[in-house]
Amino acid sequence: MAKSKSAYSVPGKIGKIERHIIVVWVDNEAGVLARIAGLFSGRGYNIESLAVAEVDKKKHISRITIVTEGTPQVIEQINLQLKKLVPVHKVADFKRGEKDILFRELALFKMLANANKQEKIKKICKKFNPVVLDKTNKSFVIQVTALRAEIDKLAIDLKRLGLISTSRTGAVAMTKGPKVFN
Amino acid sequence: MPKLFTGAEIVFKALEDQKVDYIFGYPGGAVLPIYDELKNHKSIKHILARHEQGAGHAAEGYARSSGKPGILLVTSGPGATNAVTALTDAYMDSVPLVCISGQVPTHLIGTDAFQECDTTGITRPCTKHNWLVKDVNDLARVLHLAFEVATTGRPGPVLVDIPKDIQFKKGKYSFSKSTLKKKLNGRATHKISNNELDKFIDLLKKSSKPIFYTGGGVINSGPQASEYLRELVSLTGFPITSTLQGLGAYPGDDPQFLGMLGMHGTFEANNAMHDCDLMINIGARFDDRITGKVDEFSPGSKKIHVDIDPSSIGKNIKVDLAIVSDVSEFLKSLIKRFKEKNKNFLSSNKQKTSKWWSTIEKWREKKSLNFINSNKIIKPQHAVQRLYELTKDKDTFVTTEVGQHQMWAAQHYKFNKPNRWMTSGGLGTMGYGLPAAIGVQIANPGKLVVDIAGEASVLMTMQEMSTAVQYKLPIKIFILNNEYMGMVRQWQELLHEKNYSESYTAALPDFVKLAESYGCVGMRAKTPDELDEKIKEMVNIDRPVIFDCLVDKAENCFPMIPSGKPHNQMILGPEEEEEISDEGKILV
Repeated sequence: MAKSKSAYSVPGKIGKIERHIIVVWVDNEAGVLARIAGLFSGRGYNIESLAVAEVDKKKHISRITIVTEGTPQVIEQINLQLKKLVPVHKVADFKRGEKDILFRELALFKMLANANKQEKIKKICKKFNPVVLDKTNKSFVIQVTALRAEIDKLAIDLKRLGLISTSRTGAVAMTKGPKVFN
Repeated sequence: MPKLFTGAEIVFKALEDQKVDYIFGYPGGAVLPIYDELKNHKSIKHILARHEQGAGHAAEGYARSSGKPGILLVTSGPGATNAVTALTDAYMDSVPLVCISGQVPTHLIGTDAFQECDTTGITRPCTKHNWLVKDVNDLARVLHLAFEVATTGRPGPVLVDIPKDIQFKKGKYSFSKSTLKKKLNGRATHKISNNELDKFIDLLKKSSKPIFYTGGGVINSGPQASEYLRELVSLTGFPITSTLQGLGAYPGDDPQFLGMLGMHGTFEANNAMHDCDLMINIGARFDDRITGKVDEFSPGSKKIHVDIDPSSIGKNIKVDLAIVSDVSEFLKSLIKRFKEKNKNFLSSNKQKTSKWWSTIEKWREKKSLNFINSNKIIKPQHAVQRLYELTKDKDTFVTTEVGQHQMWAAQHYKFNKPNRWMTSGGLGTMGYGLPAAIGVQIANPGKLVVDIAGEASVLMTMQEMSTAVQYKLPIKIFILNNEYMGMVRQWQELLHEKNYSESYTAALPDFVKLAESYGCVGMRAKTPDELDEKIKEMVNIDRPVIFDCLVDKAENCFPMIPSGKPHNQMILGPEEEEEISDEGKILV
C-alpha cells in the first residue's frame, strides 16, 4: 500500500479566494446579530466588515452588509447557511468588482493639523466628498465616503499629515438602476 | 375580552394542541409554575429523568423511534447547561426536539441571579432556533412556531426560554392549525420538475456501475420514504449501501444491500463507492467518516445528491445533479416517472450492470466482517451476532452508546425496518444509548428495546436506570464489557505505539450488583457456551436488565479505513495492520 497524505484536515485543492459583499435582510429582534456573527465564527468564516441598521421601522427589518472572503465553495456555504436562519428574510451576494453594484463606506478622520496642513489634507480628500465636521486651530475632523480600498489608501496618506484617530462604518451596498434585490 | 391564561397554562395548551403525550424533564426553581400546572393536564405524562442530559437523550430516543418531536422540560442555569449535550446531539443527527427551559424572572436577567445563565446564548449554535419569551402574549405563537421549526425541513432541536414571571403572567392564547405546513427549512416546498426527474433517470440509464448511498434523511422523511426506496432499488436492480444513520431504511439482509459504508464499513460497500460510475446519494451528507480522503473520494463517478437541506449539497463533495427535496416526495415522483417510461428496465439493464455485480461479488468474497471466533472467550462481534439471531424475530429496537460496540452493532445487527436503530452518529455522544432506550420504550410499549453498550459509555448516564425502574420500562442494557474505552484503545494501538494512556478503567463497578441496587435485574455472561441461554433469559425478563457480557479485551474493530486513506485502501484485519503516516495520526 502506497503511503498517502492525510485526508481529513488538509483540504485538497483550495479554490481561489474571492471577496464578496453579502447583504442580509433580517428581523430586527434580540440576538439576531449574535446569530449571524456566531454563524461566521462557529463555521470559521471571516468577517472583514459588518454594517447594520434597521431600514424598515414598521416591519422591523434590518439590513446587514457583510464583507467577507472565501473560496467559491465557502461563499456558497455562507449564503446557504444564512438562508437557514429563521429571522433571515433574504440574502444577496455580490462579488467585489461587479459592475452594477454600488459600494460605499464612510470614514471619519481626526487630524492634528494647522491651517496650512488642513488645506493640503482637503486636497488629498477632494475626490471622496470631504466634509469638515469639526475644526479648531490645532485639529479637525473630516468625513469622507469612498470605497474600502480608497479609504485604506487615504488612511496611509493621512498618517504622515497628523492622523490620530480613524472611525469607519464598514461597506454598504446597493444595486444600480431601478431594480431592487428580491 | 378573550379568556386569559397564565404562561404555564399556555405552555400546556400549546403542548395539547400539538398532541404531545410525553414530556421528559427535571424540575427546578425557575420552572415550578409549569410543573405546578402539570396536574391539570392528564393527557400529558411527565417522565422524570435523573439528569437533564438523560432527559434530552430520552426525548431523542422517543422522537427517533416514533417520528414525533421529543419534548424536554428543564430549569434555568444548570438545567439548561446539562441539556446542551443532548441538544447538540439532536442538532447533529437531525432529531426534532422542543426544549422548554425556565429562566430567572425578567427583572433579574443580566444580574447573575441564582441559577441564571444565558441559555439562548449558550444554545444558539446547537439549536435550529431559540427564543427568550419576554411577553406572555408572544408565548403561544412562539411555542407553535417552535414545533414548526423543529419538525419541518431538516428536523432539529429548538429551545424556548421562559422567565418565571412570564409563567405566572396572564395572556392570550391562540392556535391556528394552518401554521403547520411542510416547509424546507422555513421556505416554501420546492416543486420537483420533470426536467430534474428526467436528468436523474437519464443518469440511471447511462450507468453501468451504479450505487445507491442512502442516509438518515430517508428515515427522517417517514416510513413511506423507506417503502419508496425499496421500490426504487428493486426497480433498478442497483446495489445499495447505507450510512450509520440510514440503517433500516433498506433491509439489512437483502442481497442488493452491501452493508454499511465508511470508516468501519464493509469492503464491498467502500470499494463500490470508490469504483462506481454513478453515486446516488439520497438523504446523506458526505460526512468525513464516509468520504475519507476527499480528493480521492470516488474519483470516477457522476454524483446525484437528494437532500432537504440546501446547505448540505456541495458542502463537502461537489455533485453533478443536486435536488433539494424531501426524500419521500421526491422518490414518489421519481418512481412514477420512471415506471411510465421504462417498463422493462430491470431485465433490459441486467446485462449492463452484470459485470459490476460480479466485481461486487468478488469483494463480498473477502467477507470483511469476519473475525476469528473463540470457544473460550466471548468475541464482541459474536455477542452481537447471537443477540441478533435471538431477537430478529421480534420487532426489536436497538440503541447504542459510542465506540467499538456501536460499530459492531452496526455491522452485525441487521435492521429491516426504519426507526429501529437509534445511535449517536454526528456528535458521537458516549452515554446516549441508555437514556435513548428509555425514550424508545416509552414510545413503543411492549416492544423489545436493547441498548448495545460499552461499559465506559454506559457509566456516563447510568443513573437513568433509576428512571427505567420507576416507570417499569423493561429496557435491556447489553454491555460488551472489555474494561477499556475500546475505540480509544484501538486508536492508541494503531496510532500511538500501544501507549494505552488512560483508556483502561480500573475499579469498574460490579454491574450485576449495580443492577440489583437499582432494583432491576443483573446478569453476567463469561463464556461463549453460556451466552445464548443468558440472552434468551434476558429477552424473557419483563423488567429492566443490565447484562454484563465479558468480552475479549483486545479485539479491534475491522474493517477500517485508516486516517488519510481513500476508500479502496482498507485494513481488513489484524494481519494487515500497518504503520499509519504521521499526518494520519492527527486526524482521528
